[in-house]
Amino acid sequence: MEELHKSPAYPDRDRLYKGPIAIIECIEEIPCNPCEAACSNGAITIGESITNLPKMDFEKCVACGRCIPACPGLAIYIKDYTYSDTKALLSFPYEYYPLPEVNDIVEAVDRHGNTLCQAKVIKVRNPKSNDHTAVVTIEYPKEYFEEVISIKRIK
Amino acid sequence: MIQTELAIVGAGPAGLSAAIEARRAGADVLLIDENARPGGQLFKQIHKFFGSRAHKAGTRGINIGTELLRESQELGIRTCLKGEVCGIENGQNLWVVIDRNRSEIVKAKKIILATGATENAVAFPGWDLPGIMGAGAAQTMINVNRVLPGRKVLMLGSGNVGVIVSYQLLQAGADVVAVLEAAPKLGGYGVHTAKVARAGVPFYVSHTVKQAFGTDHVEAVEIVKLDASFNQIPGTEHIMEADTVCLATGLTPLTELAWLAGCKFKYLPALGGHLPIHDDRMRTTKENIFVAGDITGIEEASTAMEEGRLAGINAAADLGYISEEEAKIRSREIWDSLNCLRSGYFGQKRRESKDLMLQTGNEVIQWKIH
Ligand SMILES: Cc1cc2nc3c(=O)[nH]c(=O)nc-3n(C[C@H](O)[C@H](O)[C@H](O)COP(=O)(O)OP(=O)(O)OC[C@H]3O[C@@H](n4cnc5c(N)ncnc54)[C@H](O)[C@@H]3O)c2cc1C
Ligand code: SF4
Ligand code: SF4
Repeated sequence: MEELHKSPAYPDRDRLYKGPIAIIECIEEIPCNPCEAACSNGAITIGESITNLPKMDFEKCVACGRCIPACPGLAIYIKDYTYSDTKALLSFPYEYYPLPEVNDIVEAVDRHGNTLCQAKVIKVRNPKSNDHTAVVTIEYPKEYFEEVISIKRIK
Repeated sequence: MIQTELAIVGAGPAGLSAAIEARRAGADVLLIDENARPGGQLFKQIHKFFGSRAHKAGTRGINIGTELLRESQELGIRTCLKGEVCGIENGQNLWVVIDRNRSEIVKAKKIILATGATENAVAFPGWDLPGIMGAGAAQTMINVNRVLPGRKVLMLGSGNVGVIVSYQLLQAGADVVAVLEAAPKLGGYGVHTAKVARAGVPFYVSHTVKQAFGTDHVEAVEIVKLDASFNQIPGTEHIMEADTVCLATGLTPLTELAWLAGCKFKYLPALGGHLPIHDDRMRTTKENIFVAGDITGIEEASTAMEEGRLAGINAAADLGYISEEEAKIRSREIWDSLNCLRSGYFGQKRRESKDLMLQTGNEVIQWKIH
């Protein structure tokens, strides 16, 4: 987590809690750059050398979500702390079948797959352009805001 | 006997890219692969690839394969499928066994070896039980043949192959009971590892399989902790239930044909072992034989495609279809892109080994382009 906070793509605390924002958890210098082109607002920069870490310009990000399915590492998601008084919102990539359905109650998990709380599915988007990487949106209790990053695989 | 100007052995990303470049330049190309379908490793790779957008990153491996195939068909590249090259003679004649029952001699002016790599096996008591297989075999079962090798899979090896195949097993509906890694540190890219970790799969570093149990099929596995010198620590064993064990313990370049042809070799452990020496045109110590892709060191599809293009361009130059000047300029561009792909924490070691190879290659290989 500490490494994550230091990365040039992780928002500082103020920004993270201020409203919808894309977060990139990609902290190794791997040869990869599709995220850069996916963002038509120019919020993500990798630059000349393809092994640079992605940098995020949090002013430019409008949380449109286009970068989520473009990342082959499934390392990008969007969080919104301000969604409601008690609930936060998370949109994340999901590549398992069956897909969850809107209004399903699912188990929200942390980075190690531990179930932290229940969440409600708000939206499931899987247009052809996503090339089979669905983007699922859930609402979940605010107290787990930072830890939750995905849901348990539905079998 | 089949005659051709350029014979390419192996129709993976390296061989296909080589064929496309050489054919585009005008050369008569024959592409030979032992499989019924070209594409090499690509058709098992249902995940989105890394690499730069210029190398089709973000595209699923299988779709990269389809695209290369379409291009090669449009160019009318001749293929010889289900053709296993079993011998090479005088650096010119290939002995091909077709359909396992017919043999054919291919006489070529130039040859590109793009045979890829094979999976390493590890042995432990019970390793021959059904249900214990290479990760690549498991990947072929789920992604090509659409059958699940088992319900509870133990993965040995946490490199990219181990974590990617683990993820694909989860996608196919299996449970991965654990990923074991003998080294004290996980091997794969963090983003791949993270996908598997958030699915709840436990990772055990400094661990290996001590033995596998089962009557007619693996039913359980005993795992054990390793010390810093990779010795098993007695008393740390524990049993895990598993009906499948996948071995993702590294790849070794398939270099037999280069040995047979009499190419000189160099030992570079960071790239997978003994490798045919080549120069910056991908030419070996045998004037008419070029190499490209995983045979020159275990890397990625993106680097394999670039090396394939290099070999294709320079073989075509040898045949007189591209001027020496043009071949040089285009080779330099490709090297820029290769150097870019071989940078960063993971790429650096490969880059250093490749530099050693080129240094040796450029010293030893003095063939001039005619
Ligand atoms: C699980 C996994 C995940 C991967 N993920 C990525 C990724 O995300 N990004 C990336 O860039 N790379 C990835 N790779 C690596 C990539 O697939 C390989 O580096 C690439 O396929 C190498 O290309 P190649 O053309 O050298 O060899 P191959 O693709 O192995 O092709 C060689 C071909 O030659 C044939 N052949 C061999 N010997 C003979 C013979 N004697 N006669 C006839 N035919 C022969 C073989 O059957 C095969 O079809 C991954 C690999 C694996 C295993
Ligand atoms: S969410 Fe939209 S604006 Fe923000 S980084 Fe991703 S693509 Fe760019
Ligand atoms: S596309 Fe994803 S994995 Fe690749 S550099 Fe961008 S964030 Fe990292």
